[in-house]
Amino acid sequence: MTGPTKTRASLSSTKTGIHPAESMVVFEGVTKHFPARDRDAGAFAALDGIDFAVARGSITGIIGRSGAGKSTLIRLVNGLERASAGKVSVDGVDVGALDEAGLRSLRRSVGMIFQHFNLLSSRTAFDNVALPLEIAGVDRQEVRKRVEPLLDLVGLSDKRDRYPAELSGGQKQRVGIARALATEPKLLLSDEATSALDPETTQSILELLRQINAELGLTVLLITHEMEVVKAITSNVAVIDRGLIVEHGRTFDVFTRPQHETTRALLSASLGAKLPEWIRSDLKALPLPGDRVLVRLIFFGETAFQPLTARLVTELGAEVNILAGAIDEIAGEPFGSLVVSYPADPDTLERARHFYQETGLATEVLGYGA
Amino acid sequence: MAPDMLFNLLLKALLQTLQMVAVSGIIGTLIGLPIGVFLATSGRGELFAAPAINRIVGLVINATRSTPFIILVVAIIPFTRFVTGTSIGTMAAIVPLTIATIPFIARLIEAAIREVDKGLIEAARAMGATPYQIVTKVLLAEARPGITLALTLTLVSLIGFSAMVGAVGGGGLGDLGIRYGYQRFMPDVMLAVVVVLIVLVQAVQSAGDNLARRFDKRSRRS
Repeated sequence: MTGPTKTRASLSSTKTGIHPAESMVVFEGVTKHFPARDRDAGAFAALDGIDFAVARGSITGIIGRSGAGKSTLIRLVNGLERASAGKVSVDGVDVGALDEAGLRSLRRSVGMIFQHFNLLSSRTAFDNVALPLEIAGVDRQEVRKRVEPLLDLVGLSDKRDRYPAELSGGQKQRVGIARALATEPKLLLSDEATSALDPETTQSILELLRQINAELGLTVLLITHEMEVVKAITSNVAVIDRGLIVEHGRTFDVFTRPQHETTRALLSASLGAKLPEWIRSDLKALPLPGDRVLVRLIFFGETAFQPLTARLVTELGAEVNILAGAIDEIAGEPFGSLVVSYPADPDTLERARHFYQETGLATEVLGYGA
Repeated sequence: MAPDMLFNLLLKALLQTLQMVAVSGIIGTLIGLPIGVFLATSGRGELFAAPAINRIVGLVINATRSTPFIILVVAIIPFTRFVTGTSIGTMAAIVPLTIATIPFIARLIEAAIREVDKGLIEAARAMGATPYQIVTKVLLAEARPGITLALTLTLVSLIGFSAMVGAVGGGGLGDLGIRYGYQRFMPDVMLAVVVVLIVLVQAVQSAGDNLARRFDKRSRRS
């Protein structure tokens, strides 16, 4: 590992409000342009000014739609891509300032797992896990000593001599995780590691990541398009859209009080009460006379424990219809949501607004319908 | 023709063919394999990115490959004489055979290596592998079944090419077939030559297929 050459104070912590000592990864004003295929089109900006930090020892998620720039972002961390401008530092080391040899030693302290596992088909599970150690020039006996406990850790001791083609998707990813841990990294990068797995296997892989994070104190940075993954294991999350971080914070806060439209869109697909398709497809953005408004009520923290639904009916003095409801858990905290409808006349709407203000109930208008 | 005479002719021709195929196959592989690796890894944005040199090497290879073999044989006679001291005989025939084999192998190896999943290169880079380690531990290891099949195909093609070097007194089975079977109207010799060639090609192909299957762990099920 190349030591930090500059003092940590040289990081501009004032600008981003980021404290380098507590951060494993820091992005400062990071942009990445790709040359356009078409000569007239100009460069394409995959990342357009990223300021973000990953807390040491955390499991941090970056979520966004495909094409939002998250793959590029994670590849900047271990130098698989170089930033066009700005600075990426890992454990105080400026990645952009490293030469090839420096990058190689950095990469040995940063593990990475992939959506399609990227195991060598010609090597057994054991030999796949041994590969990074061979690359680092560790001698055979030492390799043996380090690989066996890793296979144990991921629960694959009995599959050590199997080839990837003989393993299931979940087992392959376990080999991938063991391989990523072989050089005892301080940071694990996960590139859509569960996107090719079924929901049950996804849960078991996430459980393994959580265990590794807790037992080895490893910082985990994962990118995903699956809200379920972020919800299940991350403590912090950043939402990326068109090359920008549009929202970030504690996972629970971001999920329960999404501020940005992209976050809401990502959330509505996977979290809380879901409306039946036939209602959703008929929703209008503006009310016609006599229409009802559909509102999502969100309960968390204090509001989760009060009989607010019953009070809502009384306060409005109008027919309140419950359309859908669900109780969820985000980062270990309870979170409920309820979709209700009531007449969209100005009077009722005003009373509702007043009620929400008074109680602090979080709401989101979904649309209008008959 | 008397059977024992035919047998002696066949045996001698077979040994000449094997000698030509083996020597040019080995030298061709030693030179063609690195060129193939270079071709597969030196494109724009690749491991040993050198797009200009890549294009030049590609052009030379295409030029060699598009020259009909029999023309190549006579065109490089001065070079052959420089290398072996003579322009006729089995040793002299090995020179054009090798020259023709190198680009052939290089293109096949290039194709086999390009078959390797790009994700594996990325994974190896993420582990901190040097470009040399990526070639030896990932690309060549993963492409081994494909490379084995490529070399098998090369040997089979070489057996075919070697039949043409009778033109420069190279000898071998093809030469025997032309001179005795065709020019002296001896259909029994022709038939014997064809049978031996068929057996030879079959043997090489099955051995190569078997080896490639053994190296291929991609679809193994227990």
